[in-house]
Amino acid sequence: MKILVPVKRVIDHNVKIRVKTDGSGVDLANVKMSMNPFDEIAVEEAIRLKEAGKADEVVVVSIGPAQAQDVLRTALAMGADRAILITVDGTVEPLTVAKLLKGVAENEQPGLVILGKQAIDDDANQTGQMLAALLGWSQATFASRIDLGADRAKVTREVDGGLQVIDVRLPAIMTADLRLNQPRYASLPNIMKAKKKPLEQKTPQDFGVTVEARLRVLRTEEPAVRQGGIKVANTAELFDKLKNEAGVI
Amino acid sequence: MAILLFAEHDNAALSDQTAKALAAASRIGSDIDVLIVGKNAGSAAEEAASLAGVRSVILAEGNALEHRLAEPTAELILSLSGNYDTIVAPATTTGKNVLPRVAAMLDVMQISEITEAISADTFKRPIYAGNAIEVVQTTDAKKVLTVRTAAFPAAGKSGTAAPIKIVETGTAGAGLSSFVENIFSKSDRPELGSAKIVVSGGRALGSEESFRKVISPVADKLGAAIGASRAAVDAGYAPNDLQVGQTGKVVAPELYIACGISGAIQHLAGMKDAKVIVAINTDEEAPIFQIADYGIVGDLFEILPEMERQL
Repeated sequence: MKILVPVKRVIDHNVKIRVKTDGSGVDLANVKMSMNPFDEIAVEEAIRLKEAGKADEVVVVSIGPAQAQDVLRTALAMGADRAILITVDGTVEPLTVAKLLKGVAENEQPGLVILGKQAIDDDANQTGQMLAALLGWSQATFASRIDLGADRAKVTREVDGGLQVIDVRLPAIMTADLRLNQPRYASLPNIMKAKKKPLEQKTPQDFGVTVEARLRVLRTEEPAVRQGGIKVANTAELFDKLKNEAGVI
Repeated sequence: MAILLFAEHDNAALSDQTAKALAAASRIGSDIDVLIVGKNAGSAAEEAASLAGVRSVILAEGNALEHRLAEPTAELILSLSGNYDTIVAPATTTGKNVLPRVAAMLDVMQISEITEAISADTFKRPIYAGNAIEVVQTTDAKKVLTVRTAAFPAAGKSGTAAPIKIVETGTAGAGLSSFVENIFSKSDRPELGSAKIVVSGGRALGSEESFRKVISPVADKLGAAIGASRAAVDAGYAPNDLQVGQTGKVVAPELYIACGISGAIQHLAGMKDAKVIVAINTDEEAPIFQIADYGIVGDLFEILPEMERQL
């Protein structure tokens, strides 16, 4: 079985972002970029399934600027077999990403697509579900455990009340939650080897998809800042404040 | 312009999240129908009918719909979508699972987790774990959006019950996936998402046992829900459904007591809308103190038992 893993290049999760003062967006100049952390978990899961003999090829795909090659090389260094880059400059909305991925899935015919549950930049949490809709496939979102069979898979999902186990027909779309696994670090030899792995370049036209924005971002604002309060000396003083000042207990 | 609200419930009872999403929907338009998808969900439908601002309740029941799995539920919403120009759901795990599937079937770009409705087509939503707020306007004729319920007050009760209409359900989308089981932790405590008081523990608790022994008695005395930081959940001290933060639950209680939580950005994104925040931490430089209304610098293993005695 072939597993397809889409990965997104985003601002590194350790970087404190800055909203531009003119409200035109978030400052991306000279900021460290990395693979979306949830996508890293998805790549790791695909590689583990291959190592367990349940998959025979892991293909990673990214949609973004030429520099998105870096995150694809990272995925190849982790253990993915080959990469596809669909070059697009600027913001690509989840719906367009899903349309492009549909084209990739139709070419590649994977048995399983694993995505991160959301990207840490736009926090949309949509692409996997949209791709499942466009392909008419089953979906198992927010996965914390995947038991892959030949034509079905049992997936444990993180849901509001706790965990939910569902059984899905393959081919399927799955999205990775935080606790699915702990991604590995690529070793230096594997990073060197990854440079020689195949990376194919494509354009949206190759899939007959027009990149268009349905949403207009009118402005980007700083969130309201919450003012810090006071330190209290002990619990007696705390309860006094909570009762008589804040009135919450 | 009519609005379809995909309700959150567990068949037996309506979730408070639905009333909050209804408050958001009523800022967009007035003809709001609440859709209850499930099985034996009549009582949830009746509760929905009693909410103020509901035009009617649509009850769709079937075996494949009992657990609101994404594929049949999205097909059902799609079949009803012709009568509506806006489709709304609370951003619960069910809403987040189902609605993007509906949006893609309608060829619409969803707007996720709105925190404010500025007009019928313009919304505010947090990005970058709440470190920036985007004001977005959709150009799609049909609008599909999820609501961050912590940002809205719950809609109240109405004097007269709205009519409940039962719709026939087909088999579209069934068979792609099937429900196996729910592994839900049983608790007599209030639900984390709607509790008035939340007591939350972090990595400083050190173990599952001390998390339980130190956090639970105080939560019990206060009648509070229990929350946890991502670090505590990752370390196995608390189950995943207690996680508060950008990727967990977003809560806005009257009182949030953060115990041994340093205040990572992604945690703050999940609780900074609480009315009053109390922080207990040994490190007086911890970022959590920058947003806490009341802070105590000290050892939570001494402070929490003392709080329990005083309550």
